[in-house]
Amino acid sequence: MEIAFYLSGLIAVLATLGVITNTNPVHALLYLIVSLISVALVFFALGAPFAGALEVIVYAGAIMVLFVFVVMMLNLGDQGAAQEKAWLRPRIWLGPSLLAAVLLVTLIATLWSGDAGRMISGEVLTAKAVGSLLFGPWLMVVELGAMLLLAALVTASHVGRVASPDKPEVNAESGARKEAS
Amino acid sequence: MNGIPMEHGLVLAAILFTLGFAGLICRRNMVFVLMSLEVMLNAAALAFIVGGTAWGQPEGQAMFLLVITLAAAEASVGLALLIQLHHRFKSLDVDAANRMRG
Repeated sequence: MEIAFYLSGLIAVLATLGVITNTNPVHALLYLIVSLISVALVFFALGAPFAGALEVIVYAGAIMVLFVFVVMMLNLGDQGAAQEKAWLRPRIWLGPSLLAAVLLVTLIATLWSGDAGRMISGEVLTAKAVGSLLFGPWLMVVELGAMLLLAALVTASHVGRVASPDKPEVNAESGARKEAS
Repeated sequence: MNGIPMEHGLVLAAILFTLGFAGLICRRNMVFVLMSLEVMLNAAALAFIVGGTAWGQPEGQAMFLLVITLAAAEASVGLALLIQLHHRFKSLDVDAANRMRG
């Protein structure tokens, strides 16, 4: 269990580095899928199999497939990769990376100065406990999550349409003109 | 060695979060910005799971479920915006959309 945790954590960090340094969107997406699956393995190693299965099914299975479909639909060619390479000059990424490194050092120093000192023994928390929590005392939160998903559905179908709102009238007009002529 | 110290899990979450943050503020392509956001949300979910398993309570996994719901909503809206950006400006540069016109 410890070996699985540390090994998959290392793979997750390396794959995430691949995501943020890659210039090809499809390669970066594949690195991201590797990262998500190794985080799912971390969940399994920690003793949260329900969360690990959900990570594989929902994150790596549904959300990433959505990303892959959109990237395929936009048909980003070699020109995009060349532009990415032009944007990724050291002068551009050095400052932000330095700031992020300072943030990381601060986070780790804060973690080590605290005295949590707890060991995760890998005791398995099954889906039964999670379900009886979610549909017992946390029922309102589940309802709120459902409302969030509904709002996201409406927003995505409104924003994602290709024609602008005044386009259909123009089309109807031209269609009428075509019929008149 | 029996068990993993809680700090190691939290340090892993912090590293992943910082990598996602660095990607978010370095990149200009919107596809990579959205992917970095996914990495950051995933790191937050990992911190929830670590906390939940360290105390042996199922609340961590319940919060993970909510984080995954949020990530799905964010990804769908973000990808719709990405399609609009590509359609209107023929570019994925987020700086192309810095004017509020229509």
